[in-house]
Amino acid sequence: MKVSKNTKTALTVGLVVAGMVGMSFAAVPLYRIFCQVTGFGGTTQRAEFASDIVLDRKITVRFDSSTAPGLPWKFKPGQISEEINIGQSALAYYTAENLSDELIIGTATYNVVPNKAGLYFRKIECFCFTEQVLEPGEKAELPMTFFIDPDIVNDRNLDDVTTITISYSFARNEAAEAEYYAALDEGVLSDRPKPEAQGGN
Amino acid sequence: MAGTATNTAEHQDDHVPSFFVRWFFSTNHKDIGTLYLVFAILAGVIGGAMSGLIRMELMDPGVTFLTSFTDQNLPEAAQLDAAKNFYNVLITYHGLIMIFFMVMPALIGGFGNWFVPLMIGAPDMAFPRMNNISFWLYGASALLLTLSYFAPGYGEQLGFGGGWVLYPPLSTENITGPSMDLLILSLHLAGASSILGAINFITTIFNMRAPGMTLHKMPLFAWSILITAFLLVLSLPVLAGGITMLLTDRMFNTAFFDWTAGGDPILFQHLFWFFGHPEVYILILPGFGIISHIVSTFSKKPIFGYLGMAYAMVAIGFVGFIVWAHHMYTVGMSVNMKAYFTAATLVIAVPTGIKVFSWIATMWGGSVEFKIPMLWAIGFIFLFTIGGVTGVVLANAGIDHALHDTYYVVAHFHYVLSLGAVFAIFAAWYYWFEKMFGIKYNVFFAGAHFWLMFIGVNIIFMPQHFLGLQGMPRRYVDFPEAFALWNHVSTWGYLITVIGVLAFFVGIVASVLQRRKGVANPWGEGATTLEWTLPSPPPFHSFNELPKIK
Repeated sequence: MKVSKNTKTALTVGLVVAGMVGMSFAAVPLYRIFCQVTGFGGTTQRAEFASDIVLDRKITVRFDSSTAPGLPWKFKPGQISEEINIGQSALAYYTAENLSDELIIGTATYNVVPNKAGLYFRKIECFCFTEQVLEPGEKAELPMTFFIDPDIVNDRNLDDVTTITISYSFARNEAAEAEYYAALDEGVLSDRPKPEAQGGN
Repeated sequence: MAGTATNTAEHQDDHVPSFFVRWFFSTNHKDIGTLYLVFAILAGVIGGAMSGLIRMELMDPGVTFLTSFTDQNLPEAAQLDAAKNFYNVLITYHGLIMIFFMVMPALIGGFGNWFVPLMIGAPDMAFPRMNNISFWLYGASALLLTLSYFAPGYGEQLGFGGGWVLYPPLSTENITGPSMDLLILSLHLAGASSILGAINFITTIFNMRAPGMTLHKMPLFAWSILITAFLLVLSLPVLAGGITMLLTDRMFNTAFFDWTAGGDPILFQHLFWFFGHPEVYILILPGFGIISHIVSTFSKKPIFGYLGMAYAMVAIGFVGFIVWAHHMYTVGMSVNMKAYFTAATLVIAVPTGIKVFSWIATMWGGSVEFKIPMLWAIGFIFLFTIGGVTGVVLANAGIDHALHDTYYVVAHFHYVLSLGAVFAIFAAWYYWFEKMFGIKYNVFFAGAHFWLMFIGVNIIFMPQHFLGLQGMPRRYVDFPEAFALWNHVSTWGYLITVIGVLAFFVGIVASVLQRRKGVANPWGEGATTLEWTLPSPPPFHSFNELPKIK
């Protein structure tokens, strides 16, 4: 009788342990969703369409870029800053140049400062939504279209925001490169030139 | 086996197994408690020696001391690099050893195993064999930690030097050697051991209390271990999850914490501190329980506000789970989040204040006897309060931006842990020495131990507040001339402390040589809990007939 009571308690506590292990792994997708929904850490939002309201209030958007170690790319914004009206759709360019003599695939991550503006920074199109392929020596202009959500004026916390800095960091996407070369070997991509054939700059 | 409770262990040869079976296959809570204490003392010596190497290096500016431990055949620059790595490894393993292999085994495994069953009138722990597994998992864990210390970490250099918090990317990309993998597995085993121990304590305390002992009549030490066990069960699995992700990031190409592949290194910090903050209460709550007993015993009064004391610990345990990001104020949180975590952290001062003032109120008007355990207990209250006050300072996000990762933080957590938890361990050691071992401790060496250590640790850590306020960052092997004075003083404090620890060991030898026979209750009317109704040392099997609590 007593043994079964002890076993029951132990199993209950054991279940709690298992539950906490599960919760710690559930934290990974939950954290991502939390960032997307709340704009936590300056996570920007996506929009299907441009805003139909344009306000008089202006905001300066500044552009920042960086590359991870191991990515031989030169990656710079095409403009230092843009002053736009809230709600107005704007186009901005970054330029990326592959300085190496091999094909490289990169993926960009991004956030904005101040972090609290992430919820209102809406991108319609962005080079960061997909992987970018640069042939050896290739230089590309990478566009993005975005607008500042007019809802920003209803959030008192953001009344002090006159400048938003968006920052992109490119990192080498080795998984995508492996897929690319595998496809090349199978002849799926035979119409594209072999990167080795292209040579240097 | 009725009636055995009046016999002592020596007279029970038919019940005490042979040496090997007794100490290696042990299922007896008292023997396992003793094993844990021996383990903790060994780990404490190693962790303490490491802090000695750290302090000797920091005695004067320049990397001068640790180079004497490097390969003298190497060129000077390589020796310097090796010494710097050695320093990083030392601070990392000092922290891990003191937390996981000294304080936790001493307070929970050692005194918890020894006295929870005795205090609640249970014949043993609920699952004696599981208790044995818990202890030996600790042995395996310590073995892996030792291997990790001697395995390549950063390049060819030995050991992992990324700090006890194991933050990526230091723990994923930069440390390529197997040292980090061994360390992760070591922590997995230590965690499994503590979780099994916690399940055992919860089951024992819920189901095996003597008839009449309701939860609201249970001694505060048992309460503190119960709450600690719950904190372990809720927080350690999160650490296990986090370090498993580190391991798969390192070994199996996942990208939980690798931003270049869509992960987030800050997530590790959240997971780590969701464990890490409750962990610091795991380290201190059993100490709270012990101090309550000692203050009550030597004031010859019941503890002031018993229920308030019990539920203050519950409150500390609960709030401990919702303040973790105050360790991460500088990662780029919004002002609102900082405001929340500041406010929630400050709230902890309320139940902690209840405890401190209740201890003082217990002494107030009591017939206070300044025996050795009481000295340690009062020392604990004094030093823990200083650490608590600097904690309230650090809780403020605005101030923390200036003090984050400075020696002010080092001073703060050593005041609450090195001077708080460790003082509680020594208080318990002298309080229960006679009960556990059946002989009296040597009063002269015990007194010398207390005074040397009290003076020594204050000289170590009080100047570190000044260094932190001057802006000296932690985790660095070297410092500019401006910080030389207080670093020098701090190292002298360490040397005094070492003499104090020597007095501890000499005191053990002296008490063994003197063999002054212990009595059941050396402390008199103030000692009211059940362990004092048994002879000293208690018989191998105690409370086969359950005591009745009125």
